Amino acid sequence: MSLPQFAYAAPKTLEEALALLAQHRGDARVMAGGTDLLLKMERRKLAPAVLIGLKRIDELRYIRFEPEQGLFIGALARLSDVVEDAIIRAKYPAIAHAASRTATVQIRNMGTVAGNLCNSSPCADNAPTLIARGAKVELVGAQARSRWLDLEKFFTGPGATALAPDEIMRQIHVPCPPGGSAAAYQNISARSKVDISAVSVGVHLTRRDGKCHDARIVLGAVAPVPMRAREAEALLVGTGMDEDVMRASGEMAAREARPISDVRASSEWRREMVAVLTRRALRQAWDSIASAHGGIVNR
Amino acid sequence: MSTHGDDEKGGVSRRGFLGGVAGFIGVTAVGSTAEATPVPKAEIYEASGLSKLTLQVNGRTHSLLVEPRWTLLYVLRDRLGLTGTKPGCERGECGACTVLFDGVTRYSCMTLALEAEGHEITTIEGIMAGEALGPVQQSFADEDAFQCGYCTPGQIVAVEGLLRQNASPSIDEVREGVSGNLCRCGAYGHIFKAAMRAAAMKQVS
Repeated sequence: MSLPQFAYAAPKTLEEALALLAQHRGDARVMAGGTDLLLKMERRKLAPAVLIGLKRIDELRYIRFEPEQGLFIGALARLSDVVEDAIIRAKYPAIAHAASRTATVQIRNMGTVAGNLCNSSPCADNAPTLIARGAKVELVGAQARSRWLDLEKFFTGPGATALAPDEIMRQIHVPCPPGGSAAAYQNISARSKVDISAVSVGVHLTRRDGKCHDARIVLGAVAPVPMRAREAEALLVGTGMDEDVMRASGEMAAREARPISDVRASSEWRREMVAVLTRRALRQAWDSIASAHGGIVNR
Repeated sequence: MSTHGDDEKGGVSRRGFLGGVAGFIGVTAVGSTAEATPVPKAEIYEASGLSKLTLQVNGRTHSLLVEPRWTLLYVLRDRLGLTGTKPGCERGECGACTVLFDGVTRYSCMTLALEAEGHEITTIEGIMAGEALGPVQQSFADEDAFQCGYCTPGQIVAVEGLLRQNASPSIDEVREGVSGNLCRCGAYGHIFKAAMRAAAMKQVS
């Protein structure tokens, strides 16, 4: 890989990194795993004068679960860390699964979940499930300014986010899964599983008294940013989630999607796959709620 | 521009330390500098200069001068002469450049050399058993797990990394473990067999 020249800064604290970013405003980029950023530089789409490497900032390297508050994923938690984390696998299996469907083993050993979000590809594998689970991201700026944003509002376009030029994503927070709830992630590419997702769907369902109490459906790679399929969600609430309801919801999601045709797939195929994957994800999530509660849920 | 620190004679500059950032920071630095004043200083590797770097590769320590933009792949092959690691796509897709980084597989084509400092790098040359082939290499030979052989060092290192994480993988785990390594000859069937054989050999030895 032939890269343009850049200076590399290796701060050891977040404060140092933020100060560097403020000092080199507009001329610096923050790098965690580098698997997306270096590619953009190799293709000369980006040529920052300074790369601010986060790797030595140990305070950003964590995955933490707080029983009252939920899950916190630090900016340096790699995709493979999330795939292998025992608590994420137990309490947030769909989030671990989405991380496991991201790229290849080697990339997962390098890239981070936060980086996958900050790169803001419409097909980022980790976004749909995290949005469906109500994740927020913490963005910090110079002078320790911090703000929390719903992940759903973080993406502003392909490759564009709500991050201000002087901000760094410190962490991702996912609330505790509500009782009687489950999430699921489904993705597909037109070629192999290591190829970039052509369509992805993350869902979150809550079940009460045998009926769907709450539903979130998030579609990836079929709009400029990951999108909620709100009409498809509305079809589910209050129903018993039989096969017809799930099929109708999938078809509604396909109508709500705004896919384009590109090198990976046609818009028509993408729309059909939205219907299929939504139905599969809904079935998977609903079944896993039932099995987690011995088939009887009464909350 | 971003960098300062003085170029030393011969065009070789040392790593600079960035000062002048204290105005942004109201807290004490936790860095490793043992100065009286609590001014945080991030280590800076200058864009056009060469910075001194120490790399641990296959159990040996190498001191060399690098530019920030040099990849680990370039340094291994062109500076250290370890040409077993292959350049392929050079954009993190084909896996020919796979090395172990603290025992874990990664693409050396998209790893900056200076980010490898402080980590133990293992290349295909480092998984020999002295002058003899290591178990994964021997298994690839025994199973005829290659045709042109170009992807083979990367495949072997990927399998080595897999087996260090998971000593007795299932065939599906093997498929997953080498899914980041492309073989355009299509020797996959034999590669999977070689990986299973290597797992068995390692268990015995």
